[in-house]
Amino acid sequence: MLRNILALAAIFFTTAAYAQAWPEIEARARGQTVYWNGWAGDERTNAFIAWAGEQVEKRHGVKVEQVKLRDTAEAVTRVVAEKSAGRLEGGSVDLIWINGPNFLAMKEQGLLYGPVNPRLPNYRLVDVEGKPSNATDFTVPVDGLAVPWRLAQVVFVYDSARITAPPRTVPALLAWAEANPGRLAHPAVSNFLGATFLKQALYELTPDPAVLQRPATDANFAAVTAPLWAWYDRLRPALWRQGRQFPATGAAVRQLMNDGEVDLTLSFSPSEASTSIANGSLPASVRTYVMERGTIGNTSFVAIPFNAAHKEAAMVLANFLLSPTAQAFAQDPRNTGALSVLDVAQLDAAGQKLFADLPRGAATLTNAELGRVLPEPHPSWMTRITTEWEKRYSR
Amino acid sequence: MLRLAPVLTLALFLAPVAAGLLGTLLPAFHYLPALGGATVDLQPWRDLADWPGLPRSLLITVVTGFGATILSLLVALFILARLPRGALLRRLHSALPPLLATPHAAMAIGFAFLVAPSGWLARLLSPWATGWERPPDLLVVQDPWGFAIIAGLVLKEVPYLLLVGLAALGHMKVDRTLALGASLGYSPRTAWFRTVLPTLYTQLRLPVYAVLAFSHSVVDVALILGPSNPPTLGPQILRWFSEPDLRFQFVAAAAAMLQLALVVIGIALWRAGEIVVAALGRSLVRRGSRPRAIVDVAPPLAILLVITAGLALLAIALWSLAGSWRFPAALPQVFTVDTWRSQGMGLVTPVLLTAALAVLATLAALLLALACLENERRHGLHPGRGALWLIYVPLLVPQTAFLVGMQIVLIRLRLDGTWLALVWTHLVFVLPYLFLTLAESWRRLDPRYARTAACLGAGPARILFAVVLPMMVRPILAAVAVGFAVSAGLYLPTLFAGAGRFATLTTEAVTLSGSADRRVVGAFALLQAALPLAVYAVALLLPAVLFRNRRGLRGMG
Repeated sequence: MLRNILALAAIFFTTAAYAQAWPEIEARARGQTVYWNGWAGDERTNAFIAWAGEQVEKRHGVKVEQVKLRDTAEAVTRVVAEKSAGRLEGGSVDLIWINGPNFLAMKEQGLLYGPVNPRLPNYRLVDVEGKPSNATDFTVPVDGLAVPWRLAQVVFVYDSARITAPPRTVPALLAWAEANPGRLAHPAVSNFLGATFLKQALYELTPDPAVLQRPATDANFAAVTAPLWAWYDRLRPALWRQGRQFPATGAAVRQLMNDGEVDLTLSFSPSEASTSIANGSLPASVRTYVMERGTIGNTSFVAIPFNAAHKEAAMVLANFLLSPTAQAFAQDPRNTGALSVLDVAQLDAAGQKLFADLPRGAATLTNAELGRVLPEPHPSWMTRITTEWEKRYSR
Repeated sequence: MLRLAPVLTLALFLAPVAAGLLGTLLPAFHYLPALGGATVDLQPWRDLADWPGLPRSLLITVVTGFGATILSLLVALFILARLPRGALLRRLHSALPPLLATPHAAMAIGFAFLVAPSGWLARLLSPWATGWERPPDLLVVQDPWGFAIIAGLVLKEVPYLLLVGLAALGHMKVDRTLALGASLGYSPRTAWFRTVLPTLYTQLRLPVYAVLAFSHSVVDVALILGPSNPPTLGPQILRWFSEPDLRFQFVAAAAAMLQLALVVIGIALWRAGEIVVAALGRSLVRRGSRPRAIVDVAPPLAILLVITAGLALLAIALWSLAGSWRFPAALPQVFTVDTWRSQGMGLVTPVLLTAALAVLATLAALLLALACLENERRHGLHPGRGALWLIYVPLLVPQTAFLVGMQIVLIRLRLDGTWLALVWTHLVFVLPYLFLTLAESWRRLDPRYARTAACLGAGPARILFAVVLPMMVRPILAAVAVGFAVSAGLYLPTLFAGAGRFATLTTEAVTLSGSADRRVVGAFALLQAALPLAVYAVALLLPAVLFRNRRGLRGMG
């Protein structure tokens, strides 16, 4: 609590100090080009980034170039390589779409510029109370070094034409898979969503989930994860391709579901199923649901590397991403359907109307139905689980 | 000036390889002061050894490397053995350019679309022949043994070996040799394998080593068709190199060195195999047996190859035009251009970038190659085997081994992510192919043309521009088409030198292939294949238009 108060105080203080600077930042940003690095496996997000680029160019004279990555870590590596080569300014990465272990790595190595958040006028619209993951990323305090721009929550995706009552607990999931071998798939564990599948199971299987909020240690890792491995040892042979090969990403699983190869999987976007149905990349019978005891949720951030060449333009872009216009556009299921990070109830009437007018697809749950959001475990759990999984199943 | 051309050329395209190898070697032994490694030790190798997937990954790397090479060579040889007699030759000649021009990644994507359990083949045969209402749970692509990688590579390497083989056979008096064999009672195929092959193989040796090195270290094809748990060494190096944790940079470097060692050992083993096969072959020849050929496997092999490749490309095109296409429909239920329309500019920019990059790299390589060859011609030089080996260096050293280090060097020089770095890196790969294609025809040019021109009072420059170059237009265009296709298909070099900022059709197609909507992947892969194909078409048709009144230069062959 005390830490929160201190953080708030720090934000107020710095807001005052930086308040003058914003018009100056906007002026300097004009004419700059932001190289926005991010995982690019999702075309809807790519289209949103292109749209945001057009908007900031029109409004602020800032150009946006999306640097498409297979893996966010590529951008982190580039900043690391630049630092090691002594390039302390004029770096090639201006903005990274980041969270989790990548954020922790950059924060720990001092590779981020900031605190940025208090300098952005629109940051005051962000909901840090009701959506704690906006201020704490995987138990790591954000400390103003990364700007939240969208929320994600795990939902399970199933084909209602083949499944009438989907399994709502983790043990039930195993029973279902054993009864329907080859019809459940999760992405490779090296992929974020694949690792999340294991974390989601761990939450329910481990006796005391509270330990997940602290770093994993050599002392407790084996004991805490033992039930997970026992469960997974039984599950794996019942997975798609007997768990010998895994689809690379969530989008690849979606393709499998569209091909009729699998009936049940998971997604990190509550509205993805609806948008996919609308554009023909999932059957119309697909629906989503959440686990009885809740599902993991987290926030996506954008962060500016310490040596970014175009920091001002990156800040202008980040500030635009937090505007009600951009947030409502993103949450529109016809665009990306990503949940907003804003406190919508606190917006002015025009802002609230933007959100109230948004359509919602048949496969999308309401906020109430989405239920309890489980906080992400400390990143060390994911790193260790991934390594341990490789040790057990990758040979 | 011209005398410096060979030195300059070698420096330009071998320096990055050498610097890159050094840049990988040092971190492999933990030496990279800027990254906190100031002492030389074996920690990266210990970390590498600790990776649980290592034994399995090495095994499948070697299996796919040798498997693809042996299979490609055998198929190519059986087809070549058949050539002197067949109408197959002419048809094959027209099928080769499209197969050669199609980038590895596009072919791999199409192959996956074709043979996956939910792929086009299964759709064509379901449910009437297979009874599958839903795709079967079979591990066909991304199989744990890398058989799909082998198949994907064979589709691309056979045409390459055929091309090299055809060029080499052009210099040999095959007909006379076979006639002699026939007069001694040998069937043409037996005679071919016993008399033509030994000579032909000396010309194929370096290309085969290049295929061996490439198949061991391939990244894009392995990402698309290979297993992921664990993958072959190439993708795993890329994965480590992209880890946020610094420690993995060293592991990636160590693994890249291991990859180099694997290739060196592989080539040594292959050489040993050559000696054994040659000894066996000699004893067979001495015994003088005259086996009758029972089945001629060449036509079915050639047809299978061309049809598979053709269907793979067709599958890509169909997906790019599909609205929805559910299993087990043989064709999309809805055809639409929505994918093309919605991708719009997203497709145009990579096309322009790919084309610009390929044009620049090809032009640079062409100028260098022309300067070297003209220098040879003017001074009557005959470069030996050593020069040939040097040209092959970038094709024999695994890409991962020097690209990892090269990126570090480029960042040092502040050149990463610049056009210069990108064009230069592409030049390293474009130049060998372009040079070898061009040198072939250039060296065959009858020197008497130049001598006659000289007798008529023309200076060296005039001879070059008025006599030699016009006669060389067709081979130059062919070499340009090859260079363009090589550049357009490069994945790893573009990724590393471009600092991820340069989205070419290849990087986009590979990035999307793992995850994105198959319709979008189809659109990118189709363009990726179409662009170099278009350049090939122009290269083939242009001489006919330019020289419509010069029969000898039109070159229909």
